Amino acid sequence: MAETMSTGGVKPLLSLHNINMTFGGIKALKDVSFEVLPGEIHCLAGENGSGKSTLIKIITGVYRPEAGAVIEYDGQTFSHMSPVTAQAGGIQVIWQDLALFPEMTVAENIAFHTVIGRWPRLVDYRHMRRTALKALQRLGVALDVDLPLKDYSIAQRQIVAIARALVGEAKLVFMDEPTASLTQSETDHLIDIARSLSVSGVAVVFVSHRLAEVLEISSRITVLRDGALVGVYPVEGMTQSRITELMTGKTFNQQVRAKPVGDEPIVLEVKGLSRPGQFEDISFAVRRGETLGITGLLGAGRTELALSIFGMLKPRSGRVWLNGRPVRFSSNRKAIEAGVAYLSEDRLSLGLIQPQSIADNLAIASLDRIKSGGLLSDERKRRLVDRWIADLGVKIGRQSDAVSTLSGGNQQRIAIAKWLATDPKLLILDAPTVGVDVGARAGIFEIVAKLAECGLAIILISDEVPEVYFNADRVLHMAQGKMAGWFDPRTCSLGQIEAAVYG
Amino acid sequence: MGKLVRSHATEFALLAVIAAMCVFLSLATNNFFSLGNAFDLLNTSSVNIIFAVGLLVVLIAGGIDISFAVAASVVQYGAALILGWIGGGGWISGLLIAGGLGILLGAFNAFLIHRFRIISIVATIATFNIYFGLLMFFTQGVSIYDLPDWLTDRIILFEQEMADGTWAEITLPVLVMAVCVFATWLLITRTTTGRQLYAFGDNPEGARRFGINIGAMQFIAFGWLGMMAGIGGLIQAHYAQEVVPNALYGRELDVLAAVVLGGARLGGGKGSVLGCVLGVLLIAITQNGLNLLGVSPFAFKMIIGAIILAAITLSNTSLEKLLPFMRQRGARQ
Repeated sequence: MAETMSTGGVKPLLSLHNINMTFGGIKALKDVSFEVLPGEIHCLAGENGSGKSTLIKIITGVYRPEAGAVIEYDGQTFSHMSPVTAQAGGIQVIWQDLALFPEMTVAENIAFHTVIGRWPRLVDYRHMRRTALKALQRLGVALDVDLPLKDYSIAQRQIVAIARALVGEAKLVFMDEPTASLTQSETDHLIDIARSLSVSGVAVVFVSHRLAEVLEISSRITVLRDGALVGVYPVEGMTQSRITELMTGKTFNQQVRAKPVGDEPIVLEVKGLSRPGQFEDISFAVRRGETLGITGLLGAGRTELALSIFGMLKPRSGRVWLNGRPVRFSSNRKAIEAGVAYLSEDRLSLGLIQPQSIADNLAIASLDRIKSGGLLSDERKRRLVDRWIADLGVKIGRQSDAVSTLSGGNQQRIAIAKWLATDPKLLILDAPTVGVDVGARAGIFEIVAKLAECGLAIILISDEVPEVYFNADRVLHMAQGKMAGWFDPRTCSLGQIEAAVYG
Repeated sequence: MGKLVRSHATEFALLAVIAAMCVFLSLATNNFFSLGNAFDLLNTSSVNIIFAVGLLVVLIAGGIDISFAVAASVVQYGAALILGWIGGGGWISGLLIAGGLGILLGAFNAFLIHRFRIISIVATIATFNIYFGLLMFFTQGVSIYDLPDWLTDRIILFEQEMADGTWAEITLPVLVMAVCVFATWLLITRTTTGRQLYAFGDNPEGARRFGINIGAMQFIAFGWLGMMAGIGGLIQAHYAQEVVPNALYGRELDVLAAVVLGGARLGGGKGSVLGCVLGVLLIAITQNGLNLLGVSPFAFKMIIGAIILAAITLSNTSLEKLLPFMRQRGARQ
């Protein structure tokens, strides 16, 4: 059974018991309990799909839990919450997807609660503006509140989302992956904000996958796994690897995989590649069997660089050689023909066609190979799919099932298989573990290492520094579109790269 | 000032194009630059503007409606029948009946969309066919000419004799249009409901998490368009002095194009009353200008289609490139 930790006699601000939730026959939450003390910083940890977001949505009234649930908040007992009661009671959320309104002004986004209510009223824009300015001031940030939100960067929108959470008389603030797109100094600022909230008596529940941060900021940790409570733990004596173990139920032993690639032939060489406003003067080479890691913050130009090599964006200047021959792809079709494969950053919307079958998704980039007499052959397609599913160890029901029925890790394997079926020489993996559980990530990198062994040149792009540190042979750090530095994981520490990237 | 231009780029661009066209037409034709012609433009555009501001509300809320123009025809017929039963009626009862019938037809759309989760374009294509089919079936395509006198009498609000002896007149439709435009402006920019509509269109999930009543949003948006369609239908009957069952058939696409031209976004969250009015006027002026230039009416649709295409392409791309300061702030911070 779940381990629990005494709350030391303090009456919790929020306590939930017997929380059950089912979506389409799948139990998203099984008999979960959760408690938050007044003014504490609490961390909610768990893999994707462990039920964290569902739990937050129940607490904020977006979802209604199944009968039998007991929610006690601030001395009152509820069977379920509604968004209006939650907000009136001072529960605020900074959603992972921010839930902001891009076309509306910053002021309206921050003070949007003023236009909520049962009966229509006239809008008081001046009051709205004042409220917004005050909230921003509290955060020590200056933004033009009259501009539409879409004019601002993701990090600034994050600030707006935080300001929005602080305008009401908040007693309990949920931060769902608040630092995912922030730089280190922005993250530090956010942590300061969370601390000062806590000092002023506001409880903060922090949901983050950056475990270092979690350990730094919170006093207690609640871990969920597969929709069930694993336990509640004090942060003292907790380590990152222990949290990972609790979250996944498995032990991981990460080791640097970097190996010398010596004088293998160069597969891809890039010299002075530039695309104004996105990346500048980028030069590097990737050898056969080598995994080159590229890391940097969101917006560092990594994806644009990859798309330029893949022929989907036109670089303004610079040259590219593939297998020693100069190339200039006019489209990604030409790049695919020449042996470049690109696994897109946004797998859910770009990489896979969710409602279509596993077989169709896998075969889509290599239709030319499964033709027979000019027409597509079902038999050849079946053989191709069988082969790759066996090679990559994908667990599927039938080939005709929709891709959307697979887990994140298995979807990613299908996406990789789709590209491997084109027989590439160079594989570009852009953020391959986004939306993939910690447990399944290891499996993906297992595959990547095997592919490199078979002689594929691989570019691994990720904003998670540990991913490139442990899995790449060399690491290129990009910042604001420029090459900021090279690292060799065999001779440097993870901390050194992290300091460079987030510093 | 820079801020104003930036936040209303579409409206300023439309104004500039309209101004340029007016200058050109004033020089190229004898009759364009006259009070009479300007008033005519307003009188003839009134019905479309009433439809347009109604449709704008639906577009802002992230929906679309194909059925409103035939709904207006249904309202014309229904209102003519009901007015006959109650023994004639007057403007007030007429507008109430037309608006009420329109709201009912709009609410039916909202009901289908909200209750059965049918996407709005499909739901309204279905109701477009249902409304039009029912209308043609029950009327057998027969028009109504014996409308009450109050409905067919022209009401002149302002008139002035011109040098050539003709009269330049502003008639009742312009007043009704102005009231509808003002009411819509009030709704979407000054009331909390209006801001909720914007928010709902901009980010439905975000709006839901704020506890905005999604069903209410659909009913308000489609109900408002229904009301405008009903009022517009009555005004159109007044203007044409007859009720012809297929008179408004096809009007929905003209109005939709004008509203999108005015900066409303298919997909929600964006659009202004001013842009919407300017969009309708731009098309009306083009049509009027082509008429005065003696271009064959058969070429109108083609030319207007080309203008819509050009304007939308421009507003999507070059406008932002022409005004680089629009993008740079924030984007690369």
